[in-house]
Amino acid sequence: MSQSLAKDVDGVADPAQAALGPARPVDTGSGSPAEPGRRRTDVREVLRFLLRRPGLLLSAVVVVLVVLASFWPDLFTSQDPLKGVPSENFRDPSGSHWFGTDELGRDVFSRVVHGAQLSLKATIIAVLVAFVVGGLLGVVAGFVGRWVDDVLMRFVDVLLSIPALFLSLALVTALGYGTVKVAVAVGIASVASFARVARAEVLRVRQAVFVEASRASGAHWYSVLGRHVLPNAAGPVIVLATLDFGASILAVSALSFLGYGAPPPAPEWGTLISDGRNYLANAWWLTALPGLAIAATVLATNRIARALDGEWSRR
Amino acid sequence: MRRYVIKRLAQAVGVLWAAYTVSFLVLDFLPGDPVTAMASAGMDSGQVDPAQLAALRHEYGFDKPVLAQYADYLGRAVRGDFGDAISTGRPVASTVADALPQTLQLTGTALLLAVVFGAGLAVVATYTSQRWLRQFLLSLPPLGVSVPTFWVGLLLVETFSFRLEWFPAFGNDGFQGLVLPAVTLAIPTGAQVAQVLAKSLLTALDQAYVETARAKGAGRWRVHLRHALRNASLPALTVVGLLVGQLVAGSVVVETVFSRDGLGRVTAAAVTSQDIPLVQGVVVFGALIFVATNLLVDLVYPLLDPRIVVASDRGASFA
Repeated sequence: MSQSLAKDVDGVADPAQAALGPARPVDTGSGSPAEPGRRRTDVREVLRFLLRRPGLLLSAVVVVLVVLASFWPDLFTSQDPLKGVPSENFRDPSGSHWFGTDELGRDVFSRVVHGAQLSLKATIIAVLVAFVVGGLLGVVAGFVGRWVDDVLMRFVDVLLSIPALFLSLALVTALGYGTVKVAVAVGIASVASFARVARAEVLRVRQAVFVEASRASGAHWYSVLGRHVLPNAAGPVIVLATLDFGASILAVSALSFLGYGAPPPAPEWGTLISDGRNYLANAWWLTALPGLAIAATVLATNRIARALDGEWSRR
Repeated sequence: MRRYVIKRLAQAVGVLWAAYTVSFLVLDFLPGDPVTAMASAGMDSGQVDPAQLAALRHEYGFDKPVLAQYADYLGRAVRGDFGDAISTGRPVASTVADALPQTLQLTGTALLLAVVFGAGLAVVATYTSQRWLRQFLLSLPPLGVSVPTFWVGLLLVETFSFRLEWFPAFGNDGFQGLVLPAVTLAIPTGAQVAQVLAKSLLTALDQAYVETARAKGAGRWRVHLRHALRNASLPALTVVGLLVGQLVAGSVVVETVFSRDGLGRVTAAAVTSQDIPLVQGVVVFGALIFVATNLLVDLVYPLLDPRIVVASDRGASFA
C-alpha cells in the first residue's frame, strides 16, 4: 500500500513545484539558454523566500513531518498503535507517552503518527479525484466551448447548489463506508470548484496572442492544448489543489468522526477524536491532541497555498 | 426589477430540479443494492428472504426501468411527496419538517454570530491604526477555517461544560443549550465572512471615491462605514449566501457532537441506516436552502447597488 501511496505523493509533489513556473508565464518559453543558471537561483530564492517568512517555513516543516510520518511512522515512535497495556490506561501525557494513553492503554501519539498514513492517503485521493475530474470538465468546457460548455457548466452549477457535506453524505450512502470511499465522496464534492477555475483559466489563456499564433501557424488542436493552453492554465488550478488539500483533510476527518471511515481499530484522525469523545470528562488528551494534529496540518497546507497564490510572484 | 425577479425565480426552479436529478442519479443509480441494505439492516446474518427482497423492490419501484422510476419519483416530489423513510416508515417530508425548527434555531443563531463577529472583525481590523491589533485580528480567520468543527465543539464542551459547568454539554435545553453549538458552528463561517470582507474593504479603501469622500472632509469612521463598507459588502453578501447551505450541512457534525435533536442528526442516522429516501429528501432540502438564500441575496443586491437592476432590465447578462 505504501508503494501506491508513494506514487500518489510524487504525482502531487511534481505539479506543486510546477506551480512556481506559471506564476511567471513569460520566461517559461524563452529562457532555454539560461536554464541551468536559473535553476540554481531558484533554489536559493526559494530558501530566502522561506527564511523571511518563519510561519511559512514552519508550515513546510509540519507538512514534511506529516509526510514522513505517513511513510515511516517508526521514525517517530516505536510503540504499537494497536496493542495496548491495559494496566497503563488513561495515563496523562508524559515523557514516555507524549499524548497519553487511551482506554485500552494504547499510546495515543503512536496512534496519531500511524493514523497520518490513512488520513493522508484519503486526502490525496480526494484531491486527485477533484483535480482530475474537475480539471477535465473545466478544460473540456473551456476549450471546446459552445453547447458543450453550456451543458457542463450547468451541471457544475447544480453540484455547487448542493452543500458539500450533504453531497458527500449522499455518496457515502450510495458507495458504503471505508477510507477510500469517503475520500472519493469528498473529492466529488469539490469537483465543481476545480471545474470553474480550470475553465476560467483555459478561457483566459485561449485568447492569448501566443495561442492565436500557434493556431495560425497550423498547429493541431491537441498540440495547442498540450503545449500552450494547459501549462499556462495550470497555475491557479494547482493553487486551488493546495487549498483543497486542507479542506479535504477537514472533510475526510469529519466523515470519519461521524463513523463512515475505516472500521474501529484503525487510527484514522477523525476516528481517534470520536473515540476520545466518550472520555471527554476524564481524559481531555484523547480528543484535544489528535485534533491538534489535524489543525496543524490544515493550517500548514493553507499557509502554503496562500504563499503559492500570489505571495511568491509578488516577492 | 420585475424582469430581474422573474429571471432569478426561473433559475432557482431549474437548479432545484437539477439537484433532485443529481441526487436521484447518485442514490438510485450507483452500484450498491439499496434493497438488500434495507432488508438486512438491523439483522446479524446476511441471509435475506428472496421473496421479501422482491416485494421490497416492487414496493419502492426498483423493478421498473430507471427512467420510469425517475419520472414517477419526480412527479411525486413536485407535489412535496418524497416517499417514506425506510427506518421509521414516516413520510420524508414530515420527518424533515419536524426536525427543522431545532436546526433553524441553531443555524440562525450561528449565522447571526458569524456575520456580526466576522464583519466586526473585518471592520475593526481595517479601521485600526494599531499595527499589532490589526495583525492579531487578521491572523484569526485563517485559524478559524483550519480547525475541525467537531474538535472545537468537543474542546468547548470539555472546557465550558465539564470544567466550568457554565453550559450543558448536550441536549436542546433552551438558550443555555444553544450557546456552545451555535458558537461552534459560527467559527468557520465567521472566519470566511471576515476573510472576504477584510479583503474587499482593503480594496475599497484604495478607491478614488474614498479619496474624494475624505477630501470633502468626511470623518474617518463615516468614510469607512458609509462609503467603503457599503461597496465592500457585496462580495461578503455573496459569500454569506453560499455559506448558509454550509451551515445547514454543518449541523450534521455539530448536532452529533452536542447530541442535539434536529435535521443534522436525522441526516446522520439516515446515512448510517442507508435510508435512501430520507437522504435524498435532505439533499434536495439542502439545495432548496441554498437556492432560497441565493435568491434572497440576489434580491438584496439591487438595494446595495442599483446598477445591477438597470443592467438586467436592459437585457444585459451579468450572472
